[in-house]
Amino acid sequence: MNDKVIPIRSEPTGAFEYISTKKDELVGWARKFSLFPYPFVTACCAMEFMAVSSTPYDTDRFGAALPRFSPRQSDLLMVVGTINHKQAPILLKVYEQMCEPKWVMAFGACATSGGFYQNYATVLGIDRIIPVDVYIPGCPPRPEMVIDGIMKLQDKIAREQHFILTKGF
Amino acid sequence: MSDAIFDRVRSGLGELAQDAAVSHGVLVVNAAPAGVLPLVHGLKAAGFDMFLDVTAVDWPGQSPRFEVVWHFYSTSSKVRVRVKTRVAEEQPEVDSLVALYGSAAFMERECHEMYGIRFRGNDDLRPLLLYEGFVGYPLRKDYAKEQEQPLVPYREGFQ
Repeated sequence: MNDKVIPIRSEPTGAFEYISTKKDELVGWARKFSLFPYPFVTACCAMEFMAVSSTPYDTDRFGAALPRFSPRQSDLLMVVGTINHKQAPILLKVYEQMCEPKWVMAFGACATSGGFYQNYATVLGIDRIIPVDVYIPGCPPRPEMVIDGIMKLQDKIAREQHFILTKGF
Repeated sequence: MSDAIFDRVRSGLGELAQDAAVSHGVLVVNAAPAGVLPLVHGLKAAGFDMFLDVTAVDWPGQSPRFEVVWHFYSTSSKVRVRVKTRVAEEQPEVDSLVALYGSAAFMERECHEMYGIRFRGNDDLRPLLLYEGFVGYPLRKDYAKEQEQPLVPYREGFQ
C-alpha cells in the first residue's frame, strides 16, 4: 500500500494561471490557426495548389494544411480554377453544405474574375455566386501569394466578431 | 508516297470522289449531303478505319450556310482524308455515322449542341458540354459571344 498523499497546491505561483482576454480575440485566435480547407479544384491552378500544399511551403505553419474532402468538416472553401455555368450549381451546393463559420478563397485569376475567359460558358468571378473573403490574383498564383492570402485571411478572422451562441442555438 | 495511296483511294471510290484534291497532305473530298454516307462506306472499305472528328463551319451570308467536316485516318496507310459537305440553314441535317463508327456518337452530340447540325440516325443528341436548358448554338457566328445563361441566380449587385 502506498499511502503517500500528494498535497494539493494552493499557493499561487504566478505562472500563467489566469489569463484575461476578450472572447472575440480568443476565439478568433483559435479559429485562425485551424483552417481546414476544402479544395474545390477545377483547372490548371490545381498544380499550384499542390505546390503550395506540399512540404517546401508548409502551410501547416498556418494551421491550414489539412484538406477535408467533405464540405461539412471544412472552414475554408478554396475555389481553385475556372468555374463555368455548368459547374456553378455544384459550387453553390458545396458552399451551402459548409457549416458556419466559413470563409471562401478565390484562388487565381479565373476564380477571381473569369481570367482571360469572357464568353458564354464561364462565370466571370465566383463572387457572382458566393461571397468571397480573399482574392488571390495570378495565372497561376505563386505559392508565396497563396501564403500571403492565407495570412491576410487570418488577419481578417482575428479581427472578426465570433458569435458562439446564437438565438437559435 | 501518300499521293500514290490517295490515287488508289480515289480510283477505288470512282464517282463518289469526283470533287477531290490533296491539300496540305490530306485528301479533301467534297460531297453532296446525300452522298456522304455512301462515300464514308467506301472510305471505310478502303481502310480508313479510324473516325477522328466531325465539326462544322459557319459561313454567315453564304448559302448554304453551314459546312460539315469529317476527318478519317487509316491506321494501315497512315494517311488522313477530309470529307466536306454544305447544308442549308433551314434544314441543317446530315446522316449520322454512328452505325459505321461508334466513336462518332459523342462528336455528333458536340457538333449538334454547338452548331445545331442534326444527325439523322443518332438518337442521343443530348447536350454534352452544355447543359439542359441552354438556348441557341454558341459557336454559330450570330450567337453573341458574351451571352451568358446562368443556372444560378447572381448575387445582389451583379445584374
